[in-house]
Amino acid sequence: MGNNPYSPHTDTDRAAMLERVGVRDIDELLGAIPKDARHPKLGVGAGLSEMEVQAHLEGLAKMNTNAGDGPFFIGGSIQRRYIPAAVPVLALRGEFLTAYTPYQPEVSQGTLQAVFEYQSLMAELLAMDVVNSSMYDGGSATAEAAFMAVRVTGRHKVVVSTDVDFTYRRTLRTYGRGPGLEIVEVPTAKLASSAEGAACLIVQHPDAFGTLVGVRAIAEAAHAAGALCVQVTEPHACALLEPPGALGADIVVGEGQPLGITMSYGGPHLGIFACREALVRQMPGRIAGQTVDANGTRGFVNTLQTREQHIRREKATSNICTNEALAAITAAVYMSLLGPEGLRAAARAGVARAHALAKRLAALPGCTIANDGPFFDRFTLRTEMGGWDLRNALIARGIQVEVTASHFVAGRREGRDDIIVQCTELTTEADADALVDAVAQLSRSGETVVTR
Amino acid sequence: MTVRTHVIPDSGAKTPVPALEPLLFELARPGRNGRHVRTSETAEIPDEFKRKAPLRLPELTEPQVVRHYTHLAQLNYSVDTGMYPLGSCTMKYNPKVNDRVAGLFADVHPRQSYRTTQGVLALAYELEQMLAKITGMDFVSLQPQAGAQSEFTALLVFKAYHAKRGEAKQRKRIIVPDSAHGTNPASAAMCGYEVTTVKSDARGNVDLDALKGALGPDVAGFMLTNPNTLGLFEERVREVCDAVHAAGALVYGDGANMNALLGIARPGDLGFDCVHINVHKTFSTPHGAGGPGAGPLCVKAHLRPFLPKPWIIREADGLYHYDTAREDRAPAPQGDSIGTIKQRLGNFGVLARAYTYMKTLGEEGLVETGRDAILSANYLLALLRPAYDVAFERPPMHEFVLSALKQKKQGASALDISKALLDEGFHSPTVYFPLIVPEAMMIEPTETEPTETLDAFAAAMLRIAERVKTDPAAVRDAPRSTPLRRLDEVGAARKPVLRYKIDA
Repeated sequence: MGNNPYSPHTDTDRAAMLERVGVRDIDELLGAIPKDARHPKLGVGAGLSEMEVQAHLEGLAKMNTNAGDGPFFIGGSIQRRYIPAAVPVLALRGEFLTAYTPYQPEVSQGTLQAVFEYQSLMAELLAMDVVNSSMYDGGSATAEAAFMAVRVTGRHKVVVSTDVDFTYRRTLRTYGRGPGLEIVEVPTAKLASSAEGAACLIVQHPDAFGTLVGVRAIAEAAHAAGALCVQVTEPHACALLEPPGALGADIVVGEGQPLGITMSYGGPHLGIFACREALVRQMPGRIAGQTVDANGTRGFVNTLQTREQHIRREKATSNICTNEALAAITAAVYMSLLGPEGLRAAARAGVARAHALAKRLAALPGCTIANDGPFFDRFTLRTEMGGWDLRNALIARGIQVEVTASHFVAGRREGRDDIIVQCTELTTEADADALVDAVAQLSRSGETVVTR
Repeated sequence: MTVRTHVIPDSGAKTPVPALEPLLFELARPGRNGRHVRTSETAEIPDEFKRKAPLRLPELTEPQVVRHYTHLAQLNYSVDTGMYPLGSCTMKYNPKVNDRVAGLFADVHPRQSYRTTQGVLALAYELEQMLAKITGMDFVSLQPQAGAQSEFTALLVFKAYHAKRGEAKQRKRIIVPDSAHGTNPASAAMCGYEVTTVKSDARGNVDLDALKGALGPDVAGFMLTNPNTLGLFEERVREVCDAVHAAGALVYGDGANMNALLGIARPGDLGFDCVHINVHKTFSTPHGAGGPGAGPLCVKAHLRPFLPKPWIIREADGLYHYDTAREDRAPAPQGDSIGTIKQRLGNFGVLARAYTYMKTLGEEGLVETGRDAILSANYLLALLRPAYDVAFERPPMHEFVLSALKQKKQGASALDISKALLDEGFHSPTVYFPLIVPEAMMIEPTETEPTETLDAFAAAMLRIAERVKTDPAAVRDAPRSTPLRRLDEVGAARKPVLRYKIDA
């Protein structure tokens, strides 16, 4: 034996262990298992050495094009941003990485305090009262916000803007099938007039296309109709824009990945979830709280646990157990390294570069910026080619962008066949030049690309 | 750094206990900052949208931040620190190569074209195949990001399956055993189901008669953990599954305890319609102080049409793409699929670690894992049996449940014992779960702890049991050598302080 390199048992150990147990063979311990089902052949192949497995994974990774390999303008809720060197060094320390949920607070103060600090930093950024220790991602946080609004109001209709990230809306619709919620999608401009009978209005600001949205009026309309206002947002935007807490949002959700967390093809990421103090007993997920120990010394514990599944079972506010605590700690490390000025600088760079790039593109023949109003750090570009053709022609030139059409899978809107251009502090002059040159060339040639 | 020295009461050994750490906000001073991102650019934002609220994030230098988080880390117990025998949590060693190779995929965005992400798709496709083979299922969705989300996904699949047969309205109940994890009933409730609990029998199995009594045309499914949370294999698992199917309902396998079954038995061969995998348990991905995890859902062919979309397709020429996200203009219809739980591939960074682990172990390694996990649990149980009551007297699989009822009568509870273990340098077992065992202590050693460690853990448990007999007050007073003494959880919930208040 010795087929699992991480198992320390030698054959001598195993013999001694069997003797202590009082059996001759492990199979004597498996009597409860139907005989014909025992020891199936799996057919998963032989094991590899660490050196071999490293080479194998490197081979797979080489089949991808990394974001950093060329001009990259895909973004939205998941963004390519600069990650300071100290972030992974600290957040991936074994004591954080390989700990479990802090069930024994006396030996988990590192986790609990780091999460409490994350909650504090995020609450300050969002100007909200309470932040939980994390949800899985922005999408599940949005769905959980809708469920929470349903619990708070006793209503079953959820109204969501079509300008909310389409992946969030898909997850919301899928979650909604469980309790059978009525989910209504309307453009942002019609949110305020759709509040009657709704549990909540869900608005994204800046929206999926980067457009700035007047959240205040939507929140007021929601409150006038007895509904909650759920705002989907982005952490960097909150450093420069009036934060959700000042706009009247009751629940705030979003994706925390841009805060020092790698893109990693979509996860693991960080579901941000915040609410007003009055609603905290209906909040899903773990929350760290401050307390004292038997000597009166300050310490931290998981608190308000009577909301949670391990105590309340079917009466819990959510089924969530495993969350994304490490991502929350990562985000806290990132925020503490950048500080308020660094966070604002990163956000400003994205905005400034997006606006400079938009001006250059809008000057090209046949090109217009198609946002419904002022935008933040991403915008939509409309050309005569149409979004899909332009995107594919750009990919062929090594430039990666996303199309708006993906956002309308469940109900496409007329006249929206554009590309979305996201800028961050990692967007360079050379990237911008490459995009402008390529779009100029393509719009002159009228080239089309046939996709398979 | 400052180090406090404490004397551990029993051993007399001197162990440095790291000092507590101030909060970030208490370390900050206005004007301190790093230079990680710098720009002289200005942002064009209309006045009405500009932030007027102050942004009072702490201002610190990088050296301060590094010391702060290093000190915090030192306050944590972890698998890298020592044995972590939490039952049902499978806290096995987390191989470092897995973390490194996951980093090879860090700079890939999920909205990239399939043409630029062939490596991601190839890995995910092969992982699906491997998980199907290991569980004896036919198809796999990698989308769920944790076990609980996988439970919820599966119940949505059940609902869609019954709807397809015109029975969605009538089938409104989910049955769970009284030994089930709390997530099971919570997931069922979230999915709009009523929950019925059935009791366990004297051998720690589902009470088959009680189950049959609860089954009927209004039942959508039954959720079963096998081995169950007592660490026991369900002795009449096929009869259980047959009874559920006879009522027209489906059987959900909670795969939290899959480590026991690696190469030993497959849920797909036992009658389950689906099973989820906690890769952060069975397949060694680190638990990250509470998460992330990943919870792939493995199903039999009859449930495939309802799985979340998109699905990965492999063409004859070896090219991978999605069935719904092909880059043509009209997205493929969703068919009977429940929709999307998580865009594209779920927690890919976690899944890549699990894939690496499975490639490292291979067939022989996986089989050995299941066998060693079972052997370790039975060995540790044999060592502890002299001092503690065993909840059910039959050979456990990968974990077992003791009862501290005897010790409780002598003056120290399971909670007290769990705290005394911290003073002995070990993490505690899961306590007070499953709910059906009084003063429960659920112990899962995993296959990666050497016998020396198992022996030392057992010795500590036996010392504590002796101590309870002679000086229970001392055990009730534990822990004393940890950075903090017992914390006031009641006070924390009564007057919640959930964030640092800058103005306070």
